[in-house]
Amino acid sequence: MRPSSYLLVGAVKTLFGAYPRWIGCKPNGFQRIYFANHSSHVDTLAIWSALPPQMRRTTRAVAARDYWGVGLRRYIATSVLRGVLIDRTRSDPTPNPLLPLIDVLSQGESLIIFPEGTRGKTPIPGVFKTGLYHLAVQFPHVELIPVYLENLHRSMPKGAVVPIPMICNVRFGAPVTLTELDTKESFLERARAEVIKLAGPITRV
Amino acid sequence: MLISATVIGLSLLRGARSDSSRATIENLNARVRAWWVMTALVAVALALGPIVTVVMFAVASFFALREFVTLTPTRPADYIPLLLCFYVLVPLQYALIAFGQYGTFAIGIPVYAFLLLPAFASLAADTEDFLERAAKVQWALMITVYCISYVPALFLLDIPGYERSDALLLFYLLLVVQLSDVLQYVFGKLFGKTKLAPQVSPSKTVEGLIGGGLSASAVGCALWWITPFNWWQSALMSLTIVAMGFLGGLTLSAVKRSLGAKDWGAMIEGHGGVLDRLDSVSFAAPVFFHLTRFFFT
Repeated sequence: MRPSSYLLVGAVKTLFGAYPRWIGCKPNGFQRIYFANHSSHVDTLAIWSALPPQMRRTTRAVAARDYWGVGLRRYIATSVLRGVLIDRTRSDPTPNPLLPLIDVLSQGESLIIFPEGTRGKTPIPGVFKTGLYHLAVQFPHVELIPVYLENLHRSMPKGAVVPIPMICNVRFGAPVTLTELDTKESFLERARAEVIKLAGPITRV
Repeated sequence: MLISATVIGLSLLRGARSDSSRATIENLNARVRAWWVMTALVAVALALGPIVTVVMFAVASFFALREFVTLTPTRPADYIPLLLCFYVLVPLQYALIAFGQYGTFAIGIPVYAFLLLPAFASLAADTEDFLERAAKVQWALMITVYCISYVPALFLLDIPGYERSDALLLFYLLLVVQLSDVLQYVFGKLFGKTKLAPQVSPSKTVEGLIGGGLSASAVGCALWWITPFNWWQSALMSLTIVAMGFLGGLTLSAVKRSLGAKDWGAMIEGHGGVLDRLDSVSFAAPVFFHLTRFFFT
């Protein structure tokens, strides 16, 4: 891995801790889709930094093109973080926005996604968009791991440029499986419930 | 002393019978291991000179402040004050020490920061829980930055007739405080019966306090020759350090409980967070500094 990646992870851990809590699964090398709640731009950095180094090599995090696609941020997102830029705004309706994610999974790598699609204001995640369901259908052998990120909504609220150093524990839960009885809505709701369960008692808003 | 502690700890582990005593001893050994690391860090910093020590405590303050702010509820309106605390006040406070500015370092936070930070927060026009939030930011700043900065500030003391390095004063303070913590824990486990304040801190006992406190003071007294004090002054100083350290640990335990936490963080294995280790120092350091300054300079 490049030295700049280690530097980035070091900076992230100094500011946010990014301590992994493997509650429902272990850091093995399985191909996975990690799906997490989304509250700030540093979410991507926090989950990626929480993974052990060898898993960081094969796990690609999504980054919204409208924020990460320009200038220094683009360099960080693509070369240092090795993330996947996706088009959130659907400005060009014809190509499938999930295409870059399908590419990553087809190559056997793991993925980090934020099914809410946008940054939420509360510690509880909002309604999930359908991307996770479509990926689960297309790649049934990939483990789907719910992840909860705490405190980052306080560290860098919407509109903030500089984060306040605050400890974020990254909680990895047990895999969610897509069964034949599931509809799109029931699956997404169950996945969202698993992330909420990981949040535990919310004492600090 | 650490070597003997390590040996005792390892041999106790081999002889441990029940599961609970095994757990206690493993906890003790984890603490001793962490103590080795901390002692090494402090020794290196002191050997490398005052600037390195100042930087090291600035880093400690940064992490302690991070822990405190993580546990206290804040609202988006507190963003600017907190930003100023981390990125302006921490470096500023320690820079003032590094440049020997005693006057400004001693009153900067209590006067300017305590007045201006709530003022900035009120400009953000969110009055919900305003008093609580202002108080929390003040407390965080006071304990994790202002009080802890008094440790490297000892380098600023110019004591006539004391030719040794101020680094020994730092060593004396840290040794007595942390020894008092460890010995209170040990005496508490061995002889503890009467709990002191069970709702606040379930492990503190009268026997632990007296046994640990007195033995730590005895060590401090015996070390009088590295300090500018004579033996009975050193004994009194040590007793003061022990008392303040105990009160610091107790007070911050009460703060922790009110926030619903058992530890401030999990950075140090076996010890909790940085602030868990520095809570006693945070009360002892300012008092030690000012007593030394008042009577000896």
